Amino acid sequence: MLKLQNVSKTFNPGTVNEKKALEGIDLQLAPGDFVTILGSNGAGKSTLFGAIAGSFVVDTGTISLDGKNITNLPDYKRSVYIGRLFQDPLKGTAPGMTIEENLALAYLRASKKRSPFSMVTAADRRDFRERLAMLELGLEDRMDHPVGLLSGGQRQALTLLMAILVTPKLLLLDEHTAALDPATAEKVLSLTKKIVAENHITCLMITHNIPSALSLGNRTIMMNSGKIVLELQGEERANMTTERLLKIFHEQSISNDRILFSAE
Amino acid sequence: MISSAVIFSALELGFIYALVALALFLSFRVLNIADMTTDGSFTLGCAVSAVVAVAGHPILALPAAMLAGAAAGCVTALLQTKLNVPSILAGIITNTGLYTVNLAVMGFSSNVSMMRTKTLFTMTQDSLGSVYKLIPVMVLTAVLAVLLVVFLKTRLGLSIRATGDNPDMVRASSINTGFTITVGLGVSNALTALSGAVLAQYQKSADINLGNGMVIIGLASLIIGETLMPKGKLWMKALGAVAGSVVYRFIMALALRLDLPSECLKLISAVIVAVAIGLPAIKKAWKPAAKGGVKAC
Repeated sequence: MLKLQNVSKTFNPGTVNEKKALEGIDLQLAPGDFVTILGSNGAGKSTLFGAIAGSFVVDTGTISLDGKNITNLPDYKRSVYIGRLFQDPLKGTAPGMTIEENLALAYLRASKKRSPFSMVTAADRRDFRERLAMLELGLEDRMDHPVGLLSGGQRQALTLLMAILVTPKLLLLDEHTAALDPATAEKVLSLTKKIVAENHITCLMITHNIPSALSLGNRTIMMNSGKIVLELQGEERANMTTERLLKIFHEQSISNDRILFSAE
Repeated sequence: MISSAVIFSALELGFIYALVALALFLSFRVLNIADMTTDGSFTLGCAVSAVVAVAGHPILALPAAMLAGAAAGCVTALLQTKLNVPSILAGIITNTGLYTVNLAVMGFSSNVSMMRTKTLFTMTQDSLGSVYKLIPVMVLTAVLAVLLVVFLKTRLGLSIRATGDNPDMVRASSINTGFTITVGLGVSNALTALSGAVLAQYQKSADINLGNGMVIIGLASLIIGETLMPKGKLWMKALGAVAGSVVYRFIMALALRLDLPSECLKLISAVIVAVAIGLPAIKKAWKPAAKGGVKAC
């Protein structure tokens, strides 16, 4: 499915600001894998996503998706197959366009076979409505409202729906609930769980919340200083507790004063 | 006081220049780019249209002008997207170059007269009677406004809108912004050139200075239209651009009636645009004071 081999990236090489953001990352995902990623700030989690999504060119290593080498593919070509959600709910939707237009854009772009002049049909619109209703946020009755009028949580839920409207090969979730209030975050997270499970989407999710990292998905990896320092799956993961995981972090002196894990 | 001739000419010019307002709706409002190519591509449209019409093809002159305008828009877009020239400067560079191109198109003469040339309007003169100028320009503008609105609902059109609306989103999506900006500016300048092309045939002459200040006139029309129309749907915004252009021409006609020297008109347009675009900032600056609060620093 997704395969990263010896992927490294150094920002500002040869300067005082040199930062080894990724160092020899090897990671392989099987179809349907849901991997949660933990790590303190600056550990390289978002850089890993950037490398996979093609935000920059990696220094070494290869990245392949479904057997196809995508290492040098520009980001806009990769994102036909890769859905990505950011922490900032404002980043995923166009505020001046209506809910329906945002969905139409996501839908038409992802179905690559269509002509540039294709438009959504009445049937597509009914489909959008049904899908929106599944979010249980009442958005199905506001399809002609500009997205700029929605709350952050509503926008993030819509972004999630846009990302999976045409099932992507891979979904990257970069702390997509961190900027939302606890109740909304909970709602968006359970939606994520439901949508990913129903559509069998291969998914990577960055989180700072250890309990949800351990409870969501089937694998957990932990990053520090641009490396993957811990991988958990199967029984080992099932038996892991928040306390023990925190202890491991401390033992490996991975956590420092910038620690931002929440154990709630 | 205002004769029917004045009303007719204001309507006719309003519909002709409405194409520029629609073009700027696309570049300025949708793509969020102040496209300085506008002046040059308007004149380019005039020049191409005049030369092709003089050669005996007044209808062919219109698509020819549109193609030329689209090419000019693409040059600006390429400067911007491939060579990283700031968008305003890219337009100014193209605009400056176009001055020479436009002269060259007109055979290195600063004007082309079409007094005895067959034009779009001499062709409709016999069949349409007194509205032989108004009907063609109305139909043309209406058709293009509809086409523009429909285009903006297609996959490509939605991508262009998203490019202007949320660059962050677009960067993370499968949209190639270089391409959408190029198409957007190409279409926009094709519309501007078409406006120039129709105007040249309408007034039976093309002049190297016809496009001067066109970007401001277009913006003024667009902004007037926005104040007339309620915020909302796309087709209403397009309708607003057309209406704004017509209203602008009536304001100009009125100003001429009041014996304002025509040299003043550009200053009036400039003030309208400056005030209209600056209004949100002005409102913001006044708000704390209005609430009785003391403004910090």
